[in-house]
Amino acid sequence: MRPLRLEKKETSVLVGIMILVIIIMVLANPGTFLTYTNMKGMAYQLPELGILTLAMMVVMISGGINLSIIATANMAGIVAAIILKSQPGSPSVAFLLALGACLGVSSAIGLLNGVLVAFVEMPPILATLGTMTLFNGISIVITKGYVISGFSPAVLYIGNGMLLGIPFPLLIFLLAAIVMSIFLRKTRTGFSLFMIGSNAMATKFSGINNMAVLIRTYLVSGIYSGIAALVMISRFNSAKSGYGDSYLLITILAAVLGGVKSEGGFGNVSGVVIALITLQVLSSGFNLLRVSSFLTTAIWGFIMIAVMVTNFLIENRKTRGAT
Amino acid sequence: MKRLLARHETYIFGIIVVFSIIITAINPNFLTLENAFDILKSNAFTGIMAIGVLFVLISGGIDISFAATATIAEYLTVLICLRVGGSMLFAFFSALVIGIILGAVNGYLIDRFAVPPIITTIATMNLYYGLLIVFSKGRWIYALPQYFRTFADIRVITLYTAEGLPYGLSIVTALWFVLMVLSAGLLFYTRLGRSIYAVGGDAISAKRVGVSVKMVRIFVYAFMGAMASVAGIVQALLVQAVAPNSIVGKELNVIAAVVLGGASLAGGVGTVSGMFLGVMLLAIVQNGMTLMRVPAVWYDVFVGLVILFSVGSSSWKVKKEKVGTFIDIEPLSPPMVQEGGR
Repeated sequence: MRPLRLEKKETSVLVGIMILVIIIMVLANPGTFLTYTNMKGMAYQLPELGILTLAMMVVMISGGINLSIIATANMAGIVAAIILKSQPGSPSVAFLLALGACLGVSSAIGLLNGVLVAFVEMPPILATLGTMTLFNGISIVITKGYVISGFSPAVLYIGNGMLLGIPFPLLIFLLAAIVMSIFLRKTRTGFSLFMIGSNAMATKFSGINNMAVLIRTYLVSGIYSGIAALVMISRFNSAKSGYGDSYLLITILAAVLGGVKSEGGFGNVSGVVIALITLQVLSSGFNLLRVSSFLTTAIWGFIMIAVMVTNFLIENRKTRGAT
Repeated sequence: MKRLLARHETYIFGIIVVFSIIITAINPNFLTLENAFDILKSNAFTGIMAIGVLFVLISGGIDISFAATATIAEYLTVLICLRVGGSMLFAFFSALVIGIILGAVNGYLIDRFAVPPIITTIATMNLYYGLLIVFSKGRWIYALPQYFRTFADIRVITLYTAEGLPYGLSIVTALWFVLMVLSAGLLFYTRLGRSIYAVGGDAISAKRVGVSVKMVRIFVYAFMGAMASVAGIVQALLVQAVAPNSIVGKELNVIAAVVLGGASLAGGVGTVSGMFLGVMLLAIVQNGMTLMRVPAVWYDVFVGLVILFSVGSSSWKVKKEKVGTFIDIEPLSPPMVQEGGR
């Protein structure tokens, strides 16, 4: 009962922070923040980091970490880009092939991570550090460090299009978030995942195949990286190794800010979405104020510490009250 | 002999020997004193940071922020030295003060508010690095004080090539070695050092036997900050320029090197000699690739494979050993042993 209530408390702290940040930014940017242009800009920027954060979140719930999400996304994006460029004659065939290859590559890398963590029993941080370095390397070898750019309109639509007045990448993100939420709450694997994150030994002895659950978890993480890859290559209209490298640690911050415990066992999609909106509002708001993006990063770091300290103090007061 | 074989360092050393033989067979220039001194000089920077990382890992923590700490210490120190003057000794002192403060902040947050180390240090990394770039505006410093140049050229041992060109053991390498020897002594022969292992092994037990877990935690992160700041100055000495963005992004490579050297992320395990071999393994892969004329684009591929195979094989060994004990405890009839063996 207690951990459940604690989670709710954390979510309300989070919602409070989000509202506070929105109010501050609206007041600081009168007439520019609450505009259609700004809203649209935010809606196009959020999905990239958002989908990657979901990819990070799912493994963090299992008590692991996936450092290879960006490397996976770049690798999948590069393979897709090569296919798109190799068949200029038939855009629709190329598009479907690239889509399949992108998700295929990312699933394969996810599966490899899962096998390394669950079967070989490597610590997740090292297994994924290894695959991150390896696939970054392979990406560099394939592209020789150059950019592959210039795609067909169908590809550009994924990251820049609009459907029924809603930016298409935002729709992809919302769909990805809903699917992730269903996966975590309604499926057997999702449920087992939380249990493994809390106590892997107990889960094993209660008759759950930990290995299968963990492999599926890393597979899901890989697939989500592949979806992020589609949005990324479309938005940049290019693919290259090293794109979005700075997102890696930010996804961990966003997930933890959203209530995912880095030790595993806790976390929900709504918390992560609220955290992502908060970060995006901060970054867009500061951008309107012409504040350096690095100061925004510094403030993200500061807010992170502030939230963790607040949560600690709330938890501490509660336990003291109970005894 | 048996104990030597069981040690992780022996395996890493074996891998290094195999690599060295392969590289030497292709390019005999590898196995020369000149090249060895060169590797030891150019990797002193990574090596010194690795000492700090080793301490943090042994205590059961992790630090992602040290590259940012190193950069800040380097940048501010060079700025101070340029504005108010000073000497090499003053530069190291000033860097140490900055590094220790930034590191201790990590230690305090981790201990006082029970924030997981990886989260704390990712947050402080963003905070430190973001502020540095904002205040430095990303500007490089090219004009270092004269004593930075003269100090970097000091050689502890000087030899001459056949053509009469001088080469030798750089002061920077000597500094790295001195720090390693002192750290090894601290870890093995002092109460504090043993406490670090105790906290990493089991913090609750350590507390019960009277170790101040708080002091140990703050010490290791402050020590990490100190090593990072020294490494920052070494970087300035090696490159003879200060770039605010040249170190951040390399933190995971340093952690990988230390883990290759046998330190466990779970804490309680790790040695200075293993750490040295881990750093050297990655250094030799890089140097060997250059000497074998392998295009530089392949470097990450090799490093990734080295990490996966090295850590993978030791994880696999641990897993197999676990299965072994399981069978020992429950003596079963032969056909069932196989079932239990799964």
